Amino acid sequence: MLNVSGLNAGYGSFQALFNISIKVNAGEAVAVIGPNGAGKTTLMRAISGLMPVKSGNIDMEGTEVTKTPPHDIVKLGIAHVPEHRRLFPRMSVEDNLRMGSYAPQFRANFNKRLEFVYSLFPRMQERRNQLAGTMSGGEQQMCAIGRALMSDPKILLMDEPSAGLAPVIVQQVFDLIKKIKNEGLTVLIVEQNVKQVLKVVDRAYIIEAGSLKMGGTSSELLGSSEVQKAYLGM
Amino acid sequence: MAEFLDSLFSIFFIETLMNGLLLGGILALLSVGLNLIFGVIDVVWICYAEIIMVGMYLIFYLNNDLGIHIIPSMIAGILFSGLVGWLTHKLVIAKLIDAAPINQLIATGGLLFFFQGAAMIVFGIEFRNMGVSLGSLAVNEDIYLSWTRLISFAISGLIVVALYLFLSRSYLGAAIRAISQDKEIMSLMGVDTKKLYLLTSAIGGALAGLGGCLLVLQYDVHPFIGLSFGPITFIICVMGGLGNMVGGFIAAFIFSELITIGGYFAEIEWGYVLAFVFFIIMMFVRPEGLFARKS
Repeated sequence: MLNVSGLNAGYGSFQALFNISIKVNAGEAVAVIGPNGAGKTTLMRAISGLMPVKSGNIDMEGTEVTKTPPHDIVKLGIAHVPEHRRLFPRMSVEDNLRMGSYAPQFRANFNKRLEFVYSLFPRMQERRNQLAGTMSGGEQQMCAIGRALMSDPKILLMDEPSAGLAPVIVQQVFDLIKKIKNEGLTVLIVEQNVKQVLKVVDRAYIIEAGSLKMGGTSSELLGSSEVQKAYLGM
Repeated sequence: MAEFLDSLFSIFFIETLMNGLLLGGILALLSVGLNLIFGVIDVVWICYAEIIMVGMYLIFYLNNDLGIHIIPSMIAGILFSGLVGWLTHKLVIAKLIDAAPINQLIATGGLLFFFQGAAMIVFGIEFRNMGVSLGSLAVNEDIYLSWTRLISFAISGLIVVALYLFLSRSYLGAAIRAISQDKEIMSLMGVDTKKLYLLTSAIGGALAGLGGCLLVLQYDVHPFIGLSFGPITFIICVMGGLGNMVGGFIAAFIFSELITIGGYFAEIEWGYVLAFVFFIIMMFVRPEGLFARKS
């Protein structure tokens, strides 16, 4: 479904990604893991057009994403839950969700998608009129994921959904990701919480210092001594 | 003291308060457009009142010189001001969108002189009056309120309510509120920020044109009319907390009441002195504006 090949990207003269190639098949959940500053967020931002690509290709079902204007990328079926959630804090939960279905072709399905998001997160329905910025971190994460789901995406990009949340909430977030995956949605997720995320996804890539270090199925990576030492503290 | 109390409870003081309210309506409308542009694009249009002036001239020209009926003239004035707003963003602000705020400020300041100069070349410096008089409404035998002011007040109120509904109920309105809170991720929502900026600038310009429609009924048109309203509009926006529409709305009425009350006890010029002194003191007490959000 999503095919990234030979991607180079960075800020100004600083290059953050070197020749990255990853692939996400339909229905799969794939993780990108690696230490802080390895370029994981940069990869997500490059895919959704938040930062320019120096060279390389990003193919989404036959469409070249790097040549698509940033505001049209969501229309290809790519929805991005950004790092730090990035809700509109002084808008209600429902207005935040409304922004998720802003593009004209999504508006007709607004009520249907809203119902779906509320069935996934009943808490959001209770808080529909509350200002998003006044909710707890876990609730804000639900709202951010809900906002991305409003466009009925084919693939959901999630950037560190568990960051900054209390341990008990982190568990809930991973349960949620499992739930979303079981809905048949394709997921590409960036996480620091390696142990947890490998339990949820099918495959994972490891990025270090902007380069692809290794990739494999979750069980392969969980069994690899290198991964155990560097990421699982074993 | 007795004299002062007498004047306070006089029927003319009540008339003054009402006139202040009517003036506040127009100032509120003027500030709403400037506030909208600042809230969304984060640029203060120093030349905002000059767009009002351009609208006034067009209405005057169409109605007075070409003999076109006042209503179509006004609609043309609103549309043209919207176009001027659109062009202001397209040709000037869009090129400076990532520049330092001072550069943007100076550029819109330059536009102020451009519009003034252009108006002088085309229309000269004479004061022109539409000569429209709709008479007055006699509330009782002592209180008279100008119909022009009453109608202006009603229209201002309607537009402010309509704008509020637009911002709170529509997709576009939601995007306009959202973009001021997080510009970068708007593209993730499928929003083309460049287009939204142009649209906001056009709406802001059209609101200036609407202000022009109301002002042209009450005031002479001349190339420097913007100076009578520009600083006040800007100060009202600052007083209400720049970008805060509700704050600007309330500040418009505080300001207009200070002007008319000052004018009641002394000359009208003293009314402006009183209002500006209040503003200066407030800048020391609450520099972020009366109704600024805690950030």
